[in-house]
Amino acid sequence: MIKTETLSKKRSGPVLFSEYKQGEGVKKALELGRENILFELKSSGLKGRGGAGFPTATKWMLTAASNSDKKFIVCNADEGEPGTFKDRVLLLEYPELVFDGMIIAGYTIGAKNGILYLRGEYEYMLKSLEDYLELLRMDNLLGENIFAGKDFTFDITIRLGSGAYVCGEETALIESLEGYRGEPRNRPPYPVNTGFLGHPTVVNNVETLASVPHILIKGGDWFRTHGTDKSTGSKLFSISGDCKKPGVYELPWGTSINELLNLVEAKNTKAVQVGGASGICLPKSQFNRVLGYEDAATGGSIMIFNESRNMLKILKNFMEFFVEESCGQCTPCRIGNIKLLEGVERIEKDDFTFSYINNLKELGRTMQAASKCGLGQSSPNSFISILDNFKDEIFGAKRKGEKNV
Amino acid sequence: MSKREYERIPVSQQAHVVSKPKDLTAIGGMVSVQINEKKITVPLGTTILEACQLNQIHIPTLCHHPDLCIAGVCRVCVVEVEKMRTLQTACSFPITSPIKINTSTQMVRKARRHIIDLLLSEHYGECYSCFRNGNCELQNLAKEFGVDNYTFGHVKTQRYEVDSSSAAVIRDMNKCVLCKRCVRTCIDLQEVGVLEAVKRGHETHVGTFLDKPLAEVICINCGQCINRCPTSALRANDPSDEIWAAIDNPKKHVVIQTAPSPRAAIGEEFGKEAGKSFTGELNTALRRIGFDRVFDTNFTADLTIMEEGTELLTRLKKAIVEKDESVKLPQFTSCSPGWVKYIEHFYPEFLDYLSSAKSPQQMFGALIKTFYAQEAKIDPADIVTVALMPCAAKKFECNRPEMCDSGFKDVDYGLTTREMAKMIREAGIYLPEMPKSHFDDPFGDASGAGLIFGATGGVMEAALRTAYELVTGREVPFENLVIEPCRGFEGVKQASVKLENCVEQYKFLEGVDLKFVVAHGTANAKIVMEMLKKGELNDVHFVEIMACPGGCLGGGGQPIPTSNVIREKRAQAIYEEEASLPIRKSHENPHVNYVYEKFLTDGPCGKLSHKLLHTHYVKRGKYIS
Ligand SMILES: Cc1cc2nc3c(=O)[nH]c(=O)nc-3n(C[C@H](O)[C@H](O)[C@H](O)COP(=O)(O)O)c2cc1C
Ligand code: SF4
Ligand code: SF4
Ligand code: SF4
Ligand code: SF4
Ligand code: FES
Repeated sequence: MIKTETLSKKRSGPVLFSEYKQGEGVKKALELGRENILFELKSSGLKGRGGAGFPTATKWMLTAASNSDKKFIVCNADEGEPGTFKDRVLLLEYPELVFDGMIIAGYTIGAKNGILYLRGEYEYMLKSLEDYLELLRMDNLLGENIFAGKDFTFDITIRLGSGAYVCGEETALIESLEGYRGEPRNRPPYPVNTGFLGHPTVVNNVETLASVPHILIKGGDWFRTHGTDKSTGSKLFSISGDCKKPGVYELPWGTSINELLNLVEAKNTKAVQVGGASGICLPKSQFNRVLGYEDAATGGSIMIFNESRNMLKILKNFMEFFVEESCGQCTPCRIGNIKLLEGVERIEKDDFTFSYINNLKELGRTMQAASKCGLGQSSPNSFISILDNFKDEIFGAKRKGEKNV
Repeated sequence: MSKREYERIPVSQQAHVVSKPKDLTAIGGMVSVQINEKKITVPLGTTILEACQLNQIHIPTLCHHPDLCIAGVCRVCVVEVEKMRTLQTACSFPITSPIKINTSTQMVRKARRHIIDLLLSEHYGECYSCFRNGNCELQNLAKEFGVDNYTFGHVKTQRYEVDSSSAAVIRDMNKCVLCKRCVRTCIDLQEVGVLEAVKRGHETHVGTFLDKPLAEVICINCGQCINRCPTSALRANDPSDEIWAAIDNPKKHVVIQTAPSPRAAIGEEFGKEAGKSFTGELNTALRRIGFDRVFDTNFTADLTIMEEGTELLTRLKKAIVEKDESVKLPQFTSCSPGWVKYIEHFYPEFLDYLSSAKSPQQMFGALIKTFYAQEAKIDPADIVTVALMPCAAKKFECNRPEMCDSGFKDVDYGLTTREMAKMIREAGIYLPEMPKSHFDDPFGDASGAGLIFGATGGVMEAALRTAYELVTGREVPFENLVIEPCRGFEGVKQASVKLENCVEQYKFLEGVDLKFVVAHGTANAKIVMEMLKKGELNDVHFVEIMACPGGCLGGGGQPIPTSNVIREKRAQAIYEEEASLPIRKSHENPHVNYVYEKFLTDGPCGKLSHKLLHTHYVKRGKYIS
């Protein structure tokens, strides 16, 4: 049986790491009904926590509006972005939030099936998650007609990913679920219309779904009191790198980089990579920038580098990651990333011209605009931002006298 | 059979496409969009590319192919859609709301140029030493966008070994642009599934099962992938140098047979529009090149009808009169070597349903090195037989070990239409301006029945003309001998003719509704085989299957590009030529009768013809060791 009393958790935070009783959110959801759930969600301003920041209410409404007889809710627990490990914490320590979020989503959009797409490397938690689902089933919180009188049937299955970063991209994830190569699909049509097996599908990040129960219980307006106008609520940040207290923190959106560095006791910080390998790299002069969709956006990954780090090596590392992790189907990403990596290597060997580097930056902009999915669209971010923000370190002496970098 | 039963969703596309509305007049059936400055309305779900093509706005494409499902991978077709953050691919973007599209902004042009530049940077070799020079979509794009220096470098070494293990298809992945047209062709169009993208990231390449050589996997040699490859990454195994050597060798008597489909398409290689046959011109050109004799494969097509038709009647008699339950019906045609290899791999348990008759190409080879050698008093060891075919699989077929019934290799070389055109050009001949001439004796000009073998349904039509007449003593009851149910490009066709007032010998067929099925493309063959498995073909007597979409005229050796429009034009060329011929029934071909009188004296399916004109098959299965 599931313990309904609040588990004593060591973490604390404004939303996700606040108190919650298993099933509470679902109960509230049923009281509210579909319309009001969507209303609360909309007024909360919740945006996707997986990286792209799409308004969650809109995604659910589009799917709820479709009159297809089969719909799916997929929880994206592929957590592959380098430096991200906050979904792991939610799944290990707050599974009730994630699963309640999925049940609420299923109820709202009219899906009978939920799928948790679990990162392959998280296989070790598969057993405990399955056990948890089994307990929910025993309590009749999953399965046939789970809430008397509501005519609502819902169950959750867990599927293991196969280890490719790109499978976290929602359409590649769906391909992978269908048993195909994990390659992103053409969009439009979007998964909300044509998703898993061609049926309307909502794909949400673990954290997005975990936020929903709290929003319903305390209201969208309450949620909005945290964070900024454009980035409402709080966010889990996975903080790693050169600092004393790395880990997962729940902070309101709008926290500045400086505040964050203080919190984790980072010293001599030279650079902060916001948003993982596909994010941007900020120099000291920009540490007053704030975390949020409108400024420094991130799915949660924050990497801190101190003065002893070599920025070019860091960049090389990121580019090697993309060269390997691109699914390889589209030209800008498959070949573009290797060209950017070549550029880094030529800078290393001091075998380059500035016009060549500028060409590569232009190429990066093409990749951002013309790649098929978010991977290729964001892989040049670190290339462009590191070369722009750390010119002195990287180009050093060679730059003197040349102004066009 | 209703048409719906055999609608398929392409495997590599799944269900994520927007389907067009059935009723365009309904609200929301049409959408108005603005492309550049032009306002137009299109049916909901029309892609931007389709909308542009209808309005004479050119969009460059590379991975897109009219025969295949959407891929959206090359990205050269990107356009700007107002209010969208990124560029969108015209080939894949379905129009579902009123949008503003810009097809040539600075960003768009720059992106396209970058993409082409990237492709070139990984593209090994140079155009001047490439057989696709002048007919290459990558080269065209580079030219169109003025990509004339390698901004991002150019590979100096080959990354992949060229796979020339197959008798039919050579794969050089150093030239591959990963458009995946071949993958989609093999998986969706043919449902064979030999090719797929393997590995990830920069290591991605088109590979086979465990990256084994093509000769060791279940490739049926249809060559359809070659016809859709935009570059020289795929090509047929070209024997033209050996053929030149034979021609140049005064001791060798080099004989060529030409199939109908190459004749209906070779003009395209010389810049002519599809849809005109160049049979007479080709005969002259071949003689000028130095072939000693030029024969018409249609002669053995007529012979095939006699042999296969006799075999069918024998099977029917055994089944109906002798009640022999071991007789396999329906009888399947065996003249398409791609189809033969397909059934050997995928349905080996049904090989007994195949007619034992060889294909026209192989029958001819066997006759040339026996009957013709005798008549012409030439030592068959000195004869070199070449077959001009629309087909890649014919190269494999002539190399099958069982195809040596004459005591020699019956057909020495299978040559495709493309390779033939190359030889003609190399000889300094402009084909369309050649005077016309006839085929050589003793086989002469064949009947129209043999000619229509080139189009799907043609074998069936030819067989019915002969079988019906043999059985009833009357011509088939169709105007001008045109058996309409056999024609057209529907994937699986089914029809029947009633046999009434039969002649004495065939009284046992009195009242029988002779049922037949015609399919083209192995994806459709698969449908037919599944029907056979389920017992749904129990009352069918004869099935024609061609491995290539459209039949031989759409063969893997035919000129590139190919599309349904082009295939239809080639079919039209074939049917027009046939309508003008004096003899249009195989059994009326005087040369066929001459061969039966002079050489195959115990008649169709007799002892000698069994030795020379029939064959057996190999149970291959689909598991690769
Ligand atoms: C290359 C790539 C990897 C991604 N990986 C993840 C991931 O691991 N987890 C995740 O939740 N979203 C990931 N996303 C974002 C998803 O595509 C999708 O936007 C998200 O799951 C939607 O959920 P949300 O709206 O709740 O954020 C990835 C996107 C890209 C382009
Ligand atoms: S951008 Fe990269 S990962 Fe995304 S579809 Fe293209 S090749 Fe694949
Ligand atoms: S495949 Fe095309 S682009 Fe490549 S070398 Fe040949 S002709 Fe040139
Ligand atoms: S020749 Fe045919 S079967 Fe072989 S790889 Fe090409 S398309 Fe597939
Ligand atoms: S081999 Fe040809 S058709 Fe296949 S992916 Fe490469 S370029 Fe495209
Ligand atoms: S033609 Fe549109 S992406 Fe290739």
